[in-house]
Amino acid sequence: MSNILDSKIPDGPLADKWDLHKAKLKLIAPNNRRKFNIIVVGSGLAGASAAASLAEMNYNVTCLCVQDSARRAHSIAAQGGINAAKNYPNDNDSIFRLFYDTIKGGDFRGREGNTYRLAQVSNNIIDQCVAQGVPFAREYGGVLSNRTFGGAQVSRTFYARGQTGQQLLLGAYSALMRQVNRGKVDMRPRREMMDLVKVDGVARGVVVRNLVTGELERYAADAVLLCTGGYGNVFYLSTNAKGCNVTAAYRCHKQGAFMANPCFTQIHPTCIPVSGDHQSKLTLMSESLRNDGRVWVPKKKGDDRPPSQIPDSERDYYLERKYPSFGNMVPRDVASRNAKVACDNGQGVGASGLAVYLDFQEAIEREGRDVIEARYGNLFHMYEKITAENPYEVPMRIYPAVHYTMGGLWVDYNLESTIPGLFVLGEANFSDHGANRLGASALMQGLADGYFVAPYTVAAHLAERALPAVSTEDEAFQAAEKGVRDRISKLLSVGGSKSVDYFHRKLGLTMWDHCGMARNEEGLKKALKIIPELREEFWKDVRVLGQGGQMNQELEKAGRVADFLEFGELMCRDALNRKESAGGHFREEYQTAEGEAKRDDENYRYVAAWEFKGDGKEPALHKEALEFENVELTQRSYK
Amino acid sequence: MSDTTFSLNLKIWRQESADKPGKMVDYKIDCVDEHMSFLEMLDVLNQQLIEKGEVPVAFDHDCREGICGTCGCMINGHAHGKDSETTLCQLHMRKFRDGDTLYLEPWRAKAFPIVQDLCVDRSAFDRIQAAGAYCSVHTGSAIDGNSLLVPKANAESAMDAAACIGCGACVAACKNASAMLFVGAKVSQFALLPQGQIERKERVLNMVEQMDAEGFGNCTNEFECEAACPKGISVDNIARMNREYIKAAATKAD
Repeated sequence: MSNILDSKIPDGPLADKWDLHKAKLKLIAPNNRRKFNIIVVGSGLAGASAAASLAEMNYNVTCLCVQDSARRAHSIAAQGGINAAKNYPNDNDSIFRLFYDTIKGGDFRGREGNTYRLAQVSNNIIDQCVAQGVPFAREYGGVLSNRTFGGAQVSRTFYARGQTGQQLLLGAYSALMRQVNRGKVDMRPRREMMDLVKVDGVARGVVVRNLVTGELERYAADAVLLCTGGYGNVFYLSTNAKGCNVTAAYRCHKQGAFMANPCFTQIHPTCIPVSGDHQSKLTLMSESLRNDGRVWVPKKKGDDRPPSQIPDSERDYYLERKYPSFGNMVPRDVASRNAKVACDNGQGVGASGLAVYLDFQEAIEREGRDVIEARYGNLFHMYEKITAENPYEVPMRIYPAVHYTMGGLWVDYNLESTIPGLFVLGEANFSDHGANRLGASALMQGLADGYFVAPYTVAAHLAERALPAVSTEDEAFQAAEKGVRDRISKLLSVGGSKSVDYFHRKLGLTMWDHCGMARNEEGLKKALKIIPELREEFWKDVRVLGQGGQMNQELEKAGRVADFLEFGELMCRDALNRKESAGGHFREEYQTAEGEAKRDDENYRYVAAWEFKGDGKEPALHKEALEFENVELTQRSYK
Repeated sequence: MSDTTFSLNLKIWRQESADKPGKMVDYKIDCVDEHMSFLEMLDVLNQQLIEKGEVPVAFDHDCREGICGTCGCMINGHAHGKDSETTLCQLHMRKFRDGDTLYLEPWRAKAFPIVQDLCVDRSAFDRIQAAGAYCSVHTGSAIDGNSLLVPKANAESAMDAAACIGCGACVAACKNASAMLFVGAKVSQFALLPQGQIERKERVLNMVEQMDAEGFGNCTNEFECEAACPKGISVDNIARMNREYIKAAATKAD
């Protein structure tokens, strides 16, 4: 195991770790905080909450985002809800139970300390959001309402119809805009981070491209917080927004930040199936639908009767059959894999045969259409818009799609990467979800990191390290800007024959085929051959029209795809290295007799953290051992 | 996948940057598939332009599932197209017919200057938000979530208003380029909730002042905004904002 990686998980009983750690973190006095500048890259749940909280404390914050407004970050698309251990429904929930479900749901590949802290602060998040005016669903008595999500046997998910992410983000955005109004946050939309600037090995600034004018801009600070989301778009087709990318994180990786567990990606079971080659993205249908929807396929292979003509006795409700305790509410990796098994077995439905039914007929009969409409109306509306089918009358057709990435930049307990002064929050880091994230936990983590963790740990960095004054005129900034400028010129000067999308689609297909829902050694080795060839072809034959000194959406895409073409290789390398199945990482060679993921705790109970060693060189693997003192490692069972 | 492909005549506003003149340019596109979204149709057009060596059409978009509010343009004079409660990304080509001619223009409003082609600058909305659309509650100072009871009906009405995605279609659809549906929705969300009561008066006064300063027009009860709104935000929110404003203005000395 590595001597380099110090996770800084504090000693002491699990329930006291965070309090003991906080008590030791150094502080910056209120009157000194205005002397420090902090850059926050990204304005989603993690970024907006961190920027707002730090500005409230009186630090000077510059917040950058690629969207035209901070309110449009991709957190906005999260639908179903946010978990917290409030136990309002009195169903015996607790902080420990939320912690346990999350660590088990992650197939025991997450850190105990981080995950417990996440469960601890979950309750504060709900309080904070309510105080901001987030219109959570309520019961008739006026109290907050809860529903159930996958991997849990309690109702701990708070929600605002099917738009929970939107409402939480608008809450964080309102806090952010309040600080903009106070002059404590300098909000810069339509800016893309192109590189990190280090001075004496410490993160001290960024070079960004102004997406409207094309100009490069330099920002200097005492700490840089990366809140830039996940890398699901390496697959081209995913539920991520089109603008989601790995560039900011990957640029930091190339500067020395280790990338951890990149092969841990989540394939979400309930998405609208692909309809044709023109498809540009996939649309998620919230996991909350599985509270009332029943998943099934025809028992008979190739049965092409309309669903209404297939009697109950000829339907296979395979999740209810195989997992009676959890039924349709098994975790996402399990639901996705079983959908794939059914379709591979010839029981898939729809024109492509790559879909299963999600059926609300019984729920509508039981609860009434009004109740179902109140719970999921906007999702049903969205489904009908896209497919022209009415899910109140015919079952939805769904299929798994890439949704979330558990892997990300390696961080310690303080959320600090291997580059001092570079903090990584939310989906961009690797730390809390292990090999599979439970539903309604991404919103929880983004806000936990931003509201309640980073404000304390960033202060300690500012207090403990000697940070000499830096200027954007320093050599390090000039050199970083020159590197960015050269790369942009290179992209514009290739003058090839194929569009950026051509390469992105090809990369995506390779990743889906060989590093998607199921992986094996042969396929991964094949991908590791294809990707470098594709990358070489990209740099010889890509066509990026227009100029660098103006708005140029093709140039933006080109830079991101160039990074995906390197990052995809790292993902496959990580998947090849991990000779076990865990959560979303399903290696076909390693499965139980019943086809479930089979871990190898003896040899792979570690975080794989990859160090960049130079272009064309093999990255170095560092291992952080995962210690489990409070839970027993078991074969995950939802039966 | 589908054999029902067809052709469209597109007339698209092209403008390199804010300070350069723009014009409508004709494009013909074949092989439009009925299952495509409108933005996917534009993707296909752009791929064809790139193949021909022409600079593709710039348009803002992101989530492509109707929630981020990034996309939007006028189609034959209708914001997000003619379909009700639909963003451009959720508008599907099955709604069009072979040989249709479509005029695509950016949102038209003084307060939304053009950035490039179909992209506009909607930062005026952010500045209105910053003027008061929040509850001043520091991180860490919140009380237990269930100690604030909210009648279910109020929570539902607040959520109806809060569903706004800030796309700007209401402004583009209004002959006065009024932003009162957007502002009204935000004012209403807070006015309906107990959390919003403390700053109720200054919120509406400050937001309306900023709205006027940005150059948005006034409401003359055409209700084009409600018809164009992809989230079905009701004009009742404008009426509520007006009531809030009058009450606040009349009693602000209290």
